[in-house]
Amino acid sequence: MTASAELFQLIRCTFRYSGPEQGERPALADITLTIGPGEKVALLGPSGAGKSTLLDLLYQQQPQCSALQPQGGGLVDLLSAYQNIFIGGLDRVGTVAALWNLVRPLAGQRQAITDLAQRLGLQDKLWHSVDRLSGGQRQRVALGRALFRQQPVFLGDEPVSAVDPVQAAELLTYVLQQHETAVVCLHNRRLALDLFDRIVVLQGGRICCDAPAGDLSAEQLDHFYQQDTSPLNPVACGHQTDGWVIRTS
Amino acid sequence: MKVSTKRWWPSHSSARRLNAVCLLMIGAAVLALLGVDFQRYPVDPWQELSRIGWGLLLPGWSEATTLIQALLQTVAFALLAVAVSTPLGLLLAMAFRWRLVRMLCAALRSVHELFWGLIFMQLFGISPLTGLLAIIVPFSGVFAKVFAEIFEQQSPLPARAAPKGASVFIRTLYTLIPQSWPALLSYTRYRFECALRSSAILGFIGLPTLGFHLETAFKQGQYSEAGALMWAFLLLIASIRWWLRPWLIVPYLIAAIWLLPDTIGFSDGGSLWRFVSVDIWPAALLAGDWHGLLHWFSVMFSQQVWPGVVQTLLLTQIAVVLTGFIVLFTYPFASRALVGPWLRWPGRFVLLVLRCTPEMVLAFVLLLLFGPSGLPVVLALALHNGGLIAFLVANASDAAFRSGQARADDPRGLTRYAYIETPRRLPALMAFLFYRWEVILRESAIMGILGVATLGFYIDSAFEEIRYDRAFLLIVVTALLNMLVDSLSRRMRGAFSQQTNIT
Repeated sequence: MTASAELFQLIRCTFRYSGPEQGERPALADITLTIGPGEKVALLGPSGAGKSTLLDLLYQQQPQCSALQPQGGGLVDLLSAYQNIFIGGLDRVGTVAALWNLVRPLAGQRQAITDLAQRLGLQDKLWHSVDRLSGGQRQRVALGRALFRQQPVFLGDEPVSAVDPVQAAELLTYVLQQHETAVVCLHNRRLALDLFDRIVVLQGGRICCDAPAGDLSAEQLDHFYQQDTSPLNPVACGHQTDGWVIRTS
Repeated sequence: MKVSTKRWWPSHSSARRLNAVCLLMIGAAVLALLGVDFQRYPVDPWQELSRIGWGLLLPGWSEATTLIQALLQTVAFALLAVAVSTPLGLLLAMAFRWRLVRMLCAALRSVHELFWGLIFMQLFGISPLTGLLAIIVPFSGVFAKVFAEIFEQQSPLPARAAPKGASVFIRTLYTLIPQSWPALLSYTRYRFECALRSSAILGFIGLPTLGFHLETAFKQGQYSEAGALMWAFLLLIASIRWWLRPWLIVPYLIAAIWLLPDTIGFSDGGSLWRFVSVDIWPAALLAGDWHGLLHWFSVMFSQQVWPGVVQTLLLTQIAVVLTGFIVLFTYPFASRALVGPWLRWPGRFVLLVLRCTPEMVLAFVLLLLFGPSGLPVVLALALHNGGLIAFLVANASDAAFRSGQARADDPRGLTRYAYIETPRRLPALMAFLFYRWEVILRESAIMGILGVATLGFYIDSAFEEIRYDRAFLLIVVTALLNMLVDSLSRRMRGAFSQQTNIT
């Protein structure tokens, strides 16, 4: 694969948030990662490992062709599920049409979104404002918005964590079908092994494993999580490399 | 404004509920437009406006000592009044479970500072005591209510875990007050800003604060002097956080006592007892003449109370709805998410100016332009309150933007305004608007002092004619009206606040 064919490319990338926590270890350290079109990548790792930050960086590389589903969904509480899904397609309609749609849903969009809601199991909730929905329903609305973006790349941050396991697998399969490329943060190792073809594991802001899903087992993945909680895991080591990063960059 | 129609937003939608409230308010305002006195008087507003504009652009400082003295006295009244009314409000808030205390506080705050000023003026003349009491009395009621609300939002567990043997006062001192300290402090700071405005306004009834000089300057057409006063007041309010430091408060208070103006005219004029027992009651009542009393009352009702109440309510309703529209149109220009980090500053400046300028001063200027009708009153109320609420809404929008609630792929421009920002801000915006409803009512009543036929007009005339019985009746009616709107607004807020609490 040539370099120009890569969708996402990070080379020795270090990222730290500016703000009061400055001076702590960077959110991401020394990340080298390339993802090409057609790849289905699962990002694993304990909470706080830097998965969401990595996903944001990837989004900034391809904002035009990516559908993003951030953690928490970024929904607008007062608007109905329909409107929240419609927001994903705002760039496909004119401003006047978009404003009119708030008063009276556009017929064509209405049909498309009703079909999508059917698939997401939201058909009864389409006209409820999303503050009245449960966590799982809200997550499906957020997923609906990402799907309605109709982009070739899907970037999801725990897109189905609040949905029941059976439905989660179904929805994730559908999302992967609908997008040529996908990078998805997950906690569910089973889903990662079953549905994705490449698995990247993050730990303390570093990539500690990047391998085809077929080469890994659930036990191996568990191992990464256990390491994090063990006292042997050298957090101090992260601090040392910190200093190094500051000095050179 | 979004308009919900038939089946697209059935009852499971919070938006529909909010829209219904909006429609109700707008409908009432449209009806109010039919009955209100908006007559335009044949004044040439543009020439006058340009002269005022030049005055603001080229402020004159010919009488620097008067200006500084007026400013210092305005600050002195505000500081002392807040210093007294905050602890009073805190004590009342601790006793807020008793209905009697709640009713007392509602009564205190339902009467405007200027009306209190007019009352105390009959007793103590144009004296420091009149000015201080005029602010302290209503502010204590407001502090009590808001502090009690802040206490309610705190966790009850620490107070419950404290020993029962300790008195309520001590328990509150050790639990609720420390818990809610930041909220109490920030509200007191805001209230000090309000006290500065109230103190300035008291000049309109004769105290030597900023309003007095402002009124004189405007009436004499000395607009550059008026401009200087306006700018000075604006700077004073905008710079509060730099000059009001905790360690400076005690020296300030001592200086404030020293700075208070001398008493003008009679200092021990009226007797309180005579005022309360005789002056404020109709002669017919004191004489036991029931027929005469009925006549007095029916004349008062048909000639003053009813027309005053109607005009006050109509103007309030229009002003509230106009305020809402002004907020919707102006907050985006001060919001970082909508106009960017730099372009929001001009918008923020305009909103700050509107927020700092007291309604009364705005109305006074607009009256010069449009003549004494309801129009300047409505405009002044809507501009001031719109600026105030839009500032808060823009701040909330910026806070959400900074906190990372914004998505990288959110739309921009007008669609962002319509789909993201406005729906997110609308519940808080409506809550602010309903909070201001009673304030707007109180203000539109007081605007009568400027010659518009709201309740304040009749009250002011009654005081001028030394007919305290009439003034008392009209003030009581105003207070009752205010309490009615207060409870209505609380109910309306309750109708949509539940869903905002969930998230």
